[in-house]
Amino acid sequence: MRINFRLNGETITTEIEDSMRALDLLREDLGLTGTKEGCGEGECGACTIIVDGNAVNSCLMLAAELDGTSVETIEGLTGSDGKMHPVQRSFIDKGAVQCGFCIPGMIMSAKSLLDKNDSPSKEEIEAALEGNLCRCTGYVRIIEAVEDAASIIREDRK
Amino acid sequence: MKTSAPERERVVGSKVTRVDAVEKVTGLAKYAPDIYFDRMVHCALVIARKPHGILHKIDASRAQKLPGVFGIFTYKDVPGKNRLGEVVDDMPCLVAEGETVKHYGDVVAVVAASTQKTAEEAARKVRLTIEELPAVLDIEEARRDEIRIHGSSNVSVHKKIRKGDVSKGFSRADLIIEDNFMASYQEHAYIEPQGVVVLPDTDYGMTVYGSIQCPYYVQSSLSKVLGFPMSKVRIIQAETGGAFGGKEDVPSFVASYAAVAAYNLKRPARLIYPREIDIHTTSKRHPVKSRYKMGFSKDGEILAIEVDAYMDMGAYATLSPVVMFRTLVHAAGAYSVDNVSVDTYGVYTNKVPPGAFRGFGSPQVLFAVESMVDEASRRLGIDPVDMRMKNALREGSRTSTDQLLTESVGAVETLDKVNELSNWKELNERVEAFNRGSLFQKRGVGLSHIIYGVSLGAQGQHIDKSGAHVQINRDGSVDVRIGGTEMGQGAKTVMAIIAAEELGQKLSQIVVHQTDTAFVPDSGPTVASRTTMFSGNAVRIACKSLRERLVKLYAELNSCSEDEVELHDGMISCGQDKGMPFDELIEEAFKKNVKMFEAGWYQSPVLEWDPESGIGQAYITYSFASQVVVVEVDMITGNTKVLEAYTVHDVGKAINPEGVIGQIQGGFVQGMGYALSEDLKMLNGRILTDNFNTYIIPTIRDIPRVFKYGIVEDEFSEGPYGAKGIGEPSLMATPPAIANAISRAIGRRIRHIPATPEYVLNVIKEDAE
Ligand code: FES
Ligand code: FES
Repeated sequence: MRINFRLNGETITTEIEDSMRALDLLREDLGLTGTKEGCGEGECGACTIIVDGNAVNSCLMLAAELDGTSVETIEGLTGSDGKMHPVQRSFIDKGAVQCGFCIPGMIMSAKSLLDKNDSPSKEEIEAALEGNLCRCTGYVRIIEAVEDAASIIREDRK
Repeated sequence: MKTSAPERERVVGSKVTRVDAVEKVTGLAKYAPDIYFDRMVHCALVIARKPHGILHKIDASRAQKLPGVFGIFTYKDVPGKNRLGEVVDDMPCLVAEGETVKHYGDVVAVVAASTQKTAEEAARKVRLTIEELPAVLDIEEARRDEIRIHGSSNVSVHKKIRKGDVSKGFSRADLIIEDNFMASYQEHAYIEPQGVVVLPDTDYGMTVYGSIQCPYYVQSSLSKVLGFPMSKVRIIQAETGGAFGGKEDVPSFVASYAAVAAYNLKRPARLIYPREIDIHTTSKRHPVKSRYKMGFSKDGEILAIEVDAYMDMGAYATLSPVVMFRTLVHAAGAYSVDNVSVDTYGVYTNKVPPGAFRGFGSPQVLFAVESMVDEASRRLGIDPVDMRMKNALREGSRTSTDQLLTESVGAVETLDKVNELSNWKELNERVEAFNRGSLFQKRGVGLSHIIYGVSLGAQGQHIDKSGAHVQINRDGSVDVRIGGTEMGQGAKTVMAIIAAEELGQKLSQIVVHQTDTAFVPDSGPTVASRTTMFSGNAVRIACKSLRERLVKLYAELNSCSEDEVELHDGMISCGQDKGMPFDELIEEAFKKNVKMFEAGWYQSPVLEWDPESGIGQAYITYSFASQVVVVEVDMITGNTKVLEAYTVHDVGKAINPEGVIGQIQGGFVQGMGYALSEDLKMLNGRILTDNFNTYIIPTIRDIPRVFKYGIVEDEFSEGPYGAKGIGEPSLMATPPAIANAISRAIGRRIRHIPATPEYVLNVIKEDAE
C-alpha cells in the first residue's frame, strides 16, 4: 500500500507492505537508523518516535498507521545548520550519555514532554520517561538533563 | 626526566565533555544493526528447545522452500573446527546430529535469508528430532553426579585458599555464626542486544563489525571456526550499546554463527539477536550457593572464616574457571583475617552457561560475607561501622590470600567518608524514630564494605597486557588506537584525556578510534576494570615518546633548553617566548621527517601465586568501597523501596571525574536491580522471563530520592596518574548494603538475592529465630 506522511518536516510518499512496522520503515527503507530496537515488544522505549506530538514506541506501530501523520525522529532534532535541540545539548552537558543506545528514545520522550510542558516536576519527568529503560546511567543524570533542557527552553521563550 | 613528567596535570582530573556524546545524541552513532552492506543477508538461529537430549535429526526441508531463504547451515557447513570456548573448548559451534543437546538454547543451525522476518520464519520451520534425556537442573542434583553432563564429574573445577589454621581461630572465638546464602542469576540486559555483521573482505579474509567487548577473543574464535589464519580475520568494534561482561565471550559465538553463513554464501551476513534469543542463549551472572562459618572475638575481631561456594556453570565451562578465581579471592571480604579457608567449586548443569558480569563472580560472595559481618555486629551489639573499621585492611595488612598491601589502601577512608556523608548516627536515629511510629512500613539502614582486585590477577597474568598506537597527522590532529573497547563506560574519553595531557594538544583534536584488531596487537580483554590502567598506560607511554620528540624539535628551532619547553592546550612554548601552535610545530616535524607515530605497550607486573594453597599476590592492587542505604519495606506486601543511598569509592585517581560519577550511579542502580527485582525464572531449564515485561530491571521511578557519593583518591603508583578501576566496584557494594538494610528493617536475615517481595514476605512470616 501507499502512504503519505510528514517526516522531520519533509513529505514522504512511499510504498509499504501491510504488515511492516513503523520502526522498520524508518530504519530499513528510509535509512534513519537513529531510532533503535531494544526489545521489539514495547517494553524498552529505544524505538521511541514522536507522532503528532506524542511519544510512541515505533516497534508496536504499523507503518500503515503513519499515513497522514507528522513524525519526528532523532535525526530531525538537529537543525540543517547542525544546531542541536536543547534536550540534546543538555544530555551532553549533564553527562547523561553512556553507551548511547537508549539515548535517542530518551531524548524523543523528553522532547515530547517539554513540547507540552516546559516546567515539568521531577514526578512528571519520571512519568514521561518511565517507559524508557537505561542500563548504564542509573537515570540520575538523565533527570538532571531534562530539568536543564526545560530551563533553557523557558529562557529561550522569554 | 623533565619532558616525560609534566609539572602540572591540567586535563587529568578536570571536568570534560564525553568525546563520543555528539554522535550518540544525534542518532549518528553506528551500532551493529545500523551497518548495512550491499547483498547482505539476514540471519536467524535455530536453537534446541530441550534442556538435555540426543539430537538425532535436523530437517530443514520445509524451511528451505520458503522464498527468500538463501541457505540453512549446520555443523556440516563449518569450514574449520566446530568448537567454541575461551577457556575450555567444551562447546560446539553448531550441535551435530548424534551429539547431545546440553541446554535449552544450544545453537543447531543458522538460517540466512533476504529479510530478518523470513530468516526467523524459516528458523521456526526447521524440525529438530531430539530424544530427551533426564536433565540436571540444580547444583545439588549436579553434585550427586548421577547424570554426568560431560562424561566426567559435573563438579569440574575446584579452587581453594588455605591461610593460617581455621580450627584454631574458631577455638578462640566468642561467637561463631554459620549460615547459607544463595545469589541467583542476573541478566545483563544491555539495551542493545548482541549483534554482528560479518563480511568477506578485500584481504581475502573476513571482517567483523559488531557489538563487542573483547575483539581479540572474537578474532581467535573465528580463526578456529573458519580455519583461517588470524591474519585473515579482522575485528572492528561497532559502537557498543552496553556490555557489562555480557559481550565478553558471547560475541565470539555470535560472530562464528554469522561467519558460517558469510563463508558459505560469500556474502555479508548480519546476525542481530532478538531480545528473547539473547536472553535464552547468552551468559548471565552465575548463581552461587555458599555456606559460611565465621568466628569472632567479643569485641568484633574476625578470627576465622570458612567458606564453601558452589557455582552453577550451566552446560559449558565458558569463562567460569576464571570467574571462580575472583569468587575465591573475594569470598572472605575486605578484611584482615589470619585464618581463612575457602573452597569454590564449579558444577555443570543443563542450563544456559553463565559467564562474565560486572563484578565477575565476586558480588555473590560479597553479599554473603557482608551479611555475615552484619549479623555478627548485630549479635555482638557493635556498631556496623565500628565492626568494619576494626577489621578493615590498611597499609601493611595482609589479604585473605596473605598478600601484603603496601600502598593505595583507601579502605578506612571510604568508611570514614561514608560515615560522614550519610550522617550515620543521626540517620540511624531517624530511621528508629520512623519505625517507632510505623507498623506496616519498616525502614532499615544497611552498610557494606567491599574490596575489588583490579585487572585480571594472578590467574590471568599471561593475558594482562595492552597495546596502543598513537599517530599525529600533518594537521595536528591525533589518532589514538587502543586494544580496549568503549562500551559506554567512557574509555574513549579517558584515553583522549591522557593523550591531550601528555602531548599538550587540545582535547578536541584527539580522536580515539573504534577498536580494530588490524591496528593494535592483542591487548587482552576489556574486562576487570582494567582499561584505564592498561590501555591508559599504553597510550601514556606512546605519547611520552612523541612528546620527547616534539620538545626536542621545538628546543632546536628556538634555541632554548629542552627543560623549559612546555606543551599545553595546543600551544608549545619555552620560557617567556610567545610560543607556537601545536599544528605549526607538527608541520615543522613533517618537513624534517620526524617520526610522528608510536606504539605503546604495558604489561602487568609479575604476581607470585601458589594455586595449590591459594596464597600469594592475587591482584596488582585493590579498589575499595563503602556504602550505606536506607530501605523501606512494606510488611504486608514484602515490597522494598530504596529511599537513600550513600556510596564512597577509592579509585586511586579519577582521571575523568564525570565518568567515575556516571559509573557509580549506573553501577548502583544495576546492583539494586540484582538485589531486588531481577528474578530470572526458569521452568525445566527454559527461561520464562525472556523480555523486559517479565524480567524487571530498574526504571527511572525506582532510583533513590537521596543519592550521594564520595570519591577517595589513594593513588596507586603503577596506575596512570595513580588511577585504579571503578567499572565493577560501583555495582558490588550495593547488593549487600540493600540486603543488610532489609534484614535490619524486618528483623530477620535476608539470605537470598534477589530479595523479591515474595521472598521477603516469606522471611517475615518465618518464626522468630
Ligand atoms: S524496541 Fe520498541 S519498546 Fe523496545
Ligand atoms: S546509556 Fe546505555 S542504555 Fe542508556
